[in-house]
Amino acid sequence: MTVADGWETYADEQRERVGFFTDTSVCIGCKACEVACKEWNLVPDDGHVWTGNSYDNTGELSANTWRHVAFVEQEKPLLTNGDGGTGLRWLMESDVCKHCTHAACLDVCPTGSLFRTEFGTVVVQQDICNGCGYCVPACPFGVLDKRHLAPAPDLPAFAKEDGRVWKCTLCYDRLKGGHEPACAKACPTKSIQFGPLEELRERADARLAKLEAEGWNGAQLYGRDPEDGVGGFGAFFLLLDEPEVYGLPPDPIVTTRDLPEMWTNMLAAAGALVVGVAAAFVGGRS
Amino acid sequence: MPGLGTSFGRGGATTFQQDLQNADCIVIMGSNMAENHPVGFQWVMEARERGAKVIHVDPRFTRTSAMATKHVGIRAGSDIAFLGGIVNYILERDLYFREYVEHYTNAPVIIDEEFADTEELDGLFSGWDPEERKYDIESWMYEGMEVHGSGGESEQGFKPTKGEASGHGGHGGALSHGEPPSEDETMQHPRCVLQLLKKHYARYTPELVAETCGCSVEDFVEVCETLVANSGRERTSAFCYAVGWTQHTVGVQMIRACAVIQQLLGNIGRPGGGILALRGHASIQGSTDIPTLYNILPGYIPMPHAESYGDLDNYIEANTSPTGWWGHFRAYFVSLMKAYFGENANADNDFLFKSLPRIDDDNSAYWTVEQMLAGKVKGYIIAGENPAVGHANGKAHRLGLARLEWLVVRDVVEIESAAFWYDSPEVESGELKPEEIATEVFFLPAAAHTEKDGSFTNTQRLLQWHWQAVEPKDDCRSDLWFYFHLGRRIKQRLEESEEQRDKLIKALRWEYPTHSAIQEPDAEAVLQEVNGWEIASGKFLTGYPELKDDGSTLCGCWIYCGCFKDGINQTARKKPHWEQDGHVAPEWAWAWPANRRIIYNRASADPEGNPWSERKRYVWWDDGEEKWTGLDVPDFKEDKRPDYVPPDGAKAEDAIAGDHPFIMQADGRAWLYVPQGLEDGPLPTHYEPHESPFDNPLYSQRANPGRQQNQDLAEDPYNPVADEPGAEIYPYVVTTYRLTEHHTAGGMTRTVPYLAELQPEMFCEVHPDLAREVGLEHGGWATIYTSRSAIEARVMVTERVRPLKMKDGRTVHQVGLPYHWGSRGLVTGDSANDLAHMALDPNVHIQEVKAFTCGIRPGRRPRGPELPRFVAELRQQAHSRRDQDPRVEPEEARKTS
Repeated sequence: MTVADGWETYADEQRERVGFFTDTSVCIGCKACEVACKEWNLVPDDGHVWTGNSYDNTGELSANTWRHVAFVEQEKPLLTNGDGGTGLRWLMESDVCKHCTHAACLDVCPTGSLFRTEFGTVVVQQDICNGCGYCVPACPFGVLDKRHLAPAPDLPAFAKEDGRVWKCTLCYDRLKGGHEPACAKACPTKSIQFGPLEELRERADARLAKLEAEGWNGAQLYGRDPEDGVGGFGAFFLLLDEPEVYGLPPDPIVTTRDLPEMWTNMLAAAGALVVGVAAAFVGGRS
Repeated sequence: MPGLGTSFGRGGATTFQQDLQNADCIVIMGSNMAENHPVGFQWVMEARERGAKVIHVDPRFTRTSAMATKHVGIRAGSDIAFLGGIVNYILERDLYFREYVEHYTNAPVIIDEEFADTEELDGLFSGWDPEERKYDIESWMYEGMEVHGSGGESEQGFKPTKGEASGHGGHGGALSHGEPPSEDETMQHPRCVLQLLKKHYARYTPELVAETCGCSVEDFVEVCETLVANSGRERTSAFCYAVGWTQHTVGVQMIRACAVIQQLLGNIGRPGGGILALRGHASIQGSTDIPTLYNILPGYIPMPHAESYGDLDNYIEANTSPTGWWGHFRAYFVSLMKAYFGENANADNDFLFKSLPRIDDDNSAYWTVEQMLAGKVKGYIIAGENPAVGHANGKAHRLGLARLEWLVVRDVVEIESAAFWYDSPEVESGELKPEEIATEVFFLPAAAHTEKDGSFTNTQRLLQWHWQAVEPKDDCRSDLWFYFHLGRRIKQRLEESEEQRDKLIKALRWEYPTHSAIQEPDAEAVLQEVNGWEIASGKFLTGYPELKDDGSTLCGCWIYCGCFKDGINQTARKKPHWEQDGHVAPEWAWAWPANRRIIYNRASADPEGNPWSERKRYVWWDDGEEKWTGLDVPDFKEDKRPDYVPPDGAKAEDAIAGDHPFIMQADGRAWLYVPQGLEDGPLPTHYEPHESPFDNPLYSQRANPGRQQNQDLAEDPYNPVADEPGAEIYPYVVTTYRLTEHHTAGGMTRTVPYLAELQPEMFCEVHPDLAREVGLEHGGWATIYTSRSAIEARVMVTERVRPLKMKDGRTVHQVGLPYHWGSRGLVTGDSANDLAHMALDPNVHIQEVKAFTCGIRPGRRPRGPELPRFVAELRQQAHSRRDQDPRVEPEEARKTS
């Protein structure tokens, strides 16, 4: 399989790579994951805006929302044989940072704040992050985001805008203590499953086979494939429709994939330029 | 819960949530389980994963429907038509579980020949008294039996009572003998219960169901087929319901209708079967078991009435059932008095029975509000409730509060019910002026559950202990602290008093150890008293069979006896099911009664005591060991043989035969037909909601004749209904509900940022057709109005609330309203309950907020004094049209016997 960038450097301290398998076919949209995440990680309230977009008032992943449950109302039966009653379908999906095998955010971070943990996950170290924001456009999923809130408006020392980047840590602190992440712990229907990535992939394959045999409309794995544009997700999904339906990019590619080539091309161009200019001078003198 | 109590003997869920995984079919109706019980819903998902059918019947397509294998949309309030249709489907085709029905239910029992059905009397049963507006139930009895006084009818015969035939959730009525005198085992006698059922439901055809409920014939028949195919010896089906059934003027009868189906299909007392009553709060079951209700004492013991029961013997006799476990009523009652009064209660003074407070009227919440409005209530204590938001007709409540002398509110935050005098819609409109309100309001901050020890009794009768995590802040105190120290101080004040009225308080045992700086009483000491002990030895009792009627035992709630068995807090056991043998997990906490998880489980074996099938084995008779055994605590006398026949004159549980599993009932059977214990009929009958745009398709009697309604209370006017002129002003059906993200009236969730942000604003759910019809815009505002009030909400246009095709092709639109918002907290909004009326179910005095009528128009509501003016103008218009041609219902106009 593809090895997560940077993970192998842990040598003896390397731990089994872990992640999430989020099975949307059993998600009941209770948002316990959103709340548990915020409770554990002390993530602030993200504002009281009624969106009118079904029951989704969170909108998207952000610096202040590390789990986001999407709600999609559809005129499409649950099963291909038409079962499911009225023909309505209400898809719910708990989105999260994908903890990519090839993570562009890591590549572009100039301070080393973003790093690959011994569990193969991707974490921001807030005491190092300088808020440059390079990682924000680097993420193909729009997960990374700068916090524009003051951490403690009532305290003079913390009343300034935060400005740093925050995202899901896959509960790095809990992992170190031998606990599963808060969202998985709180999920009542095992829609969010935490575990060794290899094992989750096997479980997901079996689950997909079962749903396909039962004729579920549109069942597909998203981010499970280690050969995809980001080398597979550390947190991947079973969806019941195309990723776009949930607001996810259909074919994500690590944004830094072409960087080496771009640098080579650029260097070549620069070289040619130098040669050309030099030649012009030389030619001018002659 | 008289729906379950009268049918089976106990007012609690018959099964437990974990057992749903064993169901082959689960019908969720009157409940949005995925949204309101998401943790328990995992077992429904587990069942679905194992191949079970999950059917959701509901006016809306909710998160529960999204998980179901089948959703059927019906008109709010039409549930009995749907359920009665299932009964008819089963009976017409002889698809009932014959052996189960014959042996375990009262199907073969012959009913008095004076009994007349609604089919004969156009929607009324025999015994209707139009003046008193209630039934005389004498003609409903088993043939050859007299109505016997019982806990079940403790208030019967007292005037206007708006009272109880049943007690809140008690049990079936007592019978003077165990075995009914007249039976027909072939179940062919025209007056036997099975034949009465057939006749009663014969017109509930799939076509009638479709045009009453607004579903398709095909969908309805599919539900029937699925349910029948998944019931019987080899398979079982479960029903889950919640307040979507309870909160109707026919709420108790909706639950009864489900009980009839589950009896006919043989699904009670068996794994994967049962009726799961889902409760709306963490300890609502607990607050009926050890009640916060005015008409019962702990363990469903009826509160004595002022006009009855001269002495203890009289009271005991009237409430003791000669047969079944209620035969030991004296032991339960005397042990309770010993818990209250210790050595001050003894045989010589009738255990202080005569000094007990009595009820003399309806003292339920809504009636009390009416009394407040009339200026007859001086003081009011509100704890764990937010009536200004959570009760029907919030405006009437707020106006009532403003007429009190004093009000005490104990809550974790200053809820709307505490702030009504300066922050409420009536203050905004000028109808209430803070400077003119004489009510003295005391707000006492309460400790949260994390700040105190205690137990919750959950939806499945399971007592689960929780421990204090942090000390309560500042002046916040636990309820236990409040009531203990209040009692202590009152006792201190009365120490010198010689007044007769103070005697009882002076006699109270009021000794609980306290700890910590704030002198918090020891919650475990209270649980010990609830469990009870033998007074001489101080030995903890192991279960209610040990209770004595001579004052030698003490027990605070007989059904909880055993929760502190062996001196161990059984409710604090937390051994997970994966460390135990099987899903029953008896070492996780403690369930009443006697730690049984499925009650009536004798019914999981056939009359001879063998499992109905290998697949559905649960409790059975072990011939070698000569006792009942199985996966759960048998709900039967351990050594009573399946072929036991009670000798003549046998008393209490000895009068119950070995093949009769419903041991709390006087005849040991489940009751398809309830001769005694209900106010509004022995069989569930479809009636329209108090407010509905339709006539009753079955009878000229439109709504439940026994429903409680006011005649002319200015604060609670009704919308014109059905074909009455003026009804067109309120043409839509409205239903109210909860969302996962908030809890009931919102006091604990609108104040929490992580929950407030998830559902930040009041909204209404409407179908695109309705939006087009009245000009509503998605994301815009709507004003929803009734005769009571008008509120505003953001508009959510969605296919999930579908219009229904009714009789004659008429379309009915439904408006969905979550009811969580009020004027306080981080997120605020108008309260849906301000729209609702206070007509009630006659058995339990519960409001009908799941189905009433409204009008809706685009835009925000008028503000200030314009609001009441707007509501009044529409109401006057509607009422003046109605008054030209008012409808007279048979309930008022006709004598039937």
